[in-house]
Amino acid sequence: MNFDDTEDEAKFRAEAVAFLEKNLEKKDAGAGRADRSRDDFLTRAKAWQKTKAAGGFAQITWPKAIGGRGGTPIQQVIWNQEESKFDAPTSPFAIGLGMCVPTVIAFGSDEHKQRFVPKALVGDEIWCQLFSEPAAGSDVAGLKTKAVKDGDDWVINGQKVWTTGAQFSDYGIVLTRTDPDVPKHKGLTMFIVNMKDPGVEVRPIHQASGGREFNEVYFTDVRIPDSDRLGDPGQGWKVALVTLMNERLAVGGSPGPDWKEIMGYARDAGTMSDGAFRAKLADWYVAAQGYKLTKFRSQTALSKGETPGPENSIGKVITANHLQDICNSAVEMQDHYGIISDRDKAPAEAIFQESLMWAPGLRIAGGTDEILKNIIAERVLGLPQDVRVDKDKAFSEM
Amino acid sequence: MDFDFSDDQKFLRDEARKFLEAQCTSAVVRNVLDNDDVSHAEDLWKQVKEMGWLGAAIPEEHGGLGLGMLEMCVIAEELGRVLAPIPFSSSAFYFAEAIKQFGTDAQKSAYLPKIASGEFVGCLATSEGPGDSDAAKLKTGFSSGKVSGTKLPVTDGDIATHALVLAKDGSGASMAIVALDADGVTRTPIQTLEPTRSHAEIVFDGAAAELLGNEVGNGMTQLDSILNRAAILVAFEQVGGASRCLEMAIEYANERQAFGRPIGGYQAIKHKLADMYVKNEVARSNAYYGAWALSTDAAELPEAAAAARVAASEAFWFASKENIQTHGGMGFTWEVDCHLYYRRAKLLSVQAGAPGVWKEKLVTALERKNAA
Repeated sequence: MNFDDTEDEAKFRAEAVAFLEKNLEKKDAGAGRADRSRDDFLTRAKAWQKTKAAGGFAQITWPKAIGGRGGTPIQQVIWNQEESKFDAPTSPFAIGLGMCVPTVIAFGSDEHKQRFVPKALVGDEIWCQLFSEPAAGSDVAGLKTKAVKDGDDWVINGQKVWTTGAQFSDYGIVLTRTDPDVPKHKGLTMFIVNMKDPGVEVRPIHQASGGREFNEVYFTDVRIPDSDRLGDPGQGWKVALVTLMNERLAVGGSPGPDWKEIMGYARDAGTMSDGAFRAKLADWYVAAQGYKLTKFRSQTALSKGETPGPENSIGKVITANHLQDICNSAVEMQDHYGIISDRDKAPAEAIFQESLMWAPGLRIAGGTDEILKNIIAERVLGLPQDVRVDKDKAFSEM
Repeated sequence: MDFDFSDDQKFLRDEARKFLEAQCTSAVVRNVLDNDDVSHAEDLWKQVKEMGWLGAAIPEEHGGLGLGMLEMCVIAEELGRVLAPIPFSSSAFYFAEAIKQFGTDAQKSAYLPKIASGEFVGCLATSEGPGDSDAAKLKTGFSSGKVSGTKLPVTDGDIATHALVLAKDGSGASMAIVALDADGVTRTPIQTLEPTRSHAEIVFDGAAAELLGNEVGNGMTQLDSILNRAAILVAFEQVGGASRCLEMAIEYANERQAFGRPIGGYQAIKHKLADMYVKNEVARSNAYYGAWALSTDAAELPEAAAAARVAASEAFWFASKENIQTHGGMGFTWEVDCHLYYRRAKLLSVQAGAPGVWKEKLVTALERKNAA
């Protein structure tokens, strides 16, 4: 039992660190919060993606034939660990390279691969994923966006929602209903869509947190050639599962302030002696360690060339609630002052206030707490599936 | 990164599990539970001694198997899974580790081989009343080689041959070793929530005792270290018990029908069991970190031990109570094993430091670390 790299891993890590040091600034320890609203963020992100690709670090596990490094999953984990220590603008590419492009690679034609993969890899083109709809979130197979065959084209009409990065994406993969007369999972089809098509309208969502990071996307008579279909008509659900399976191994740091930040704040504020706070602090440390160390167990499996076990699935259930609880305690610790969210006036530059408002979204995005618990119960623990009364009924009859 | 047990250690775990599932059945545990005059499972204890597990972490030169702390962690988890009703932890986790860490060479030679063989059974006698041990409040005294005072409760106090006694010694506290068959020792079994592990009140009245190690007044520091190291092994016992609770709950939820389908198909039960799984994994990962700290004598051991104990106590408690809940009325009967785990969960969560004590130790360690 040890936390050391193998000889090969250490060699790769050294290579990665050398590359990062040459090309990026270390994260400012105090700042910790990248300002994604800055105008040059996207420009910087694209430049960094290009540099990464040139250095062979863009998609480490992809085969060399399609521009990857032909490396191992553990190398990708090591890269992510090291990259996260630097001020690296990576978020615009996470969904495209992590989920959409792998789907194109799995189901697209040779022309698709030649046309799309290299440009995505170097950051010239950004992709988004268009699955969720206003009436289809957790039960995404109940989506209504229609695709109707017309000659050699399909005509798309409908609305998607919560689309990350749609405002700056060039392409997307869109899941549509092509046959309403069969049960919901069987009437879906996946397409590649050009986000610059005049029939595609992107509107930012004004989130409860006040920000506008996500979007609604409206499709009005958008024509997609049949050649841009991914998988057979009616096989869209199968294709979507591949997209979701490709969701990359969660290796990011904590999504906001953690036990260390609140402990630091409590010391400054002189509230460390509060027994109830100390007990909670212990619980937060235990949960944060539990999450971090569980990732180490997954990493160990990867390092040995094994598939990580189900232990990976606990991540977001822990972190989202954990973040909300820590921020709530910090705000309450500040008493009346806790209501101030002005960065210049609030304690700790309002990090707790900002994450308090972000936390509800984190508990919903990428699988709600409830759906994740269903997944753990069904896929890890082997309990029966929920009742699905619509399973065998035609979608149009629901 | 190799944050896992080795193949050899996993082999040991598989062998231990096979052995214990056959030899430490529910009937064996219940024989101790249901009979006031049975303090532990004698046949099982005899076999465990013969396998040498008590000496797994005792060096070969002192009669042990000379394996290591990681192997002891593996054994602890398996004993926890089956609620082994034997004085294993008292002897191996507390007494033997104390001698290994603080004993003089003569004490190591005198005690370790006999602890390893099972001829001696050690126990830890620190508690004198509600709350964590506090040198200022100690009533038991140690002077001129004699101990006087009352310890209550002492886990395995009526089975053990030797006790490590925390006693006031001049202005400080010391740990003293007392042979429990000596004059001036009176032991009375006491009733507890967890009858499958024996507990006693021990009255010392001028009983002959020897100082642990050779430094007087060092008892609280020694105890702290003894408890930290044992905490990690106890956490593995707890993780074993909690894992078994989850398995029992899954099995029952898949089998029991209500409103026309298995109750495990309802989200109220699914989410409860998912919560159990998450807590168990958090506990397991923290216990592994403790195992690493224990096996490498890492500087992080105090916070690793405390975190392992806090996580494991929470996981086992939650799993044991929600396992009863999942079983419904059946779970509240004497005949179904759920309450055995509920009892053991409570014993292990309060033994040698309740969760509140360990949380405080953890935060103190974090403060010390972040001040440095």
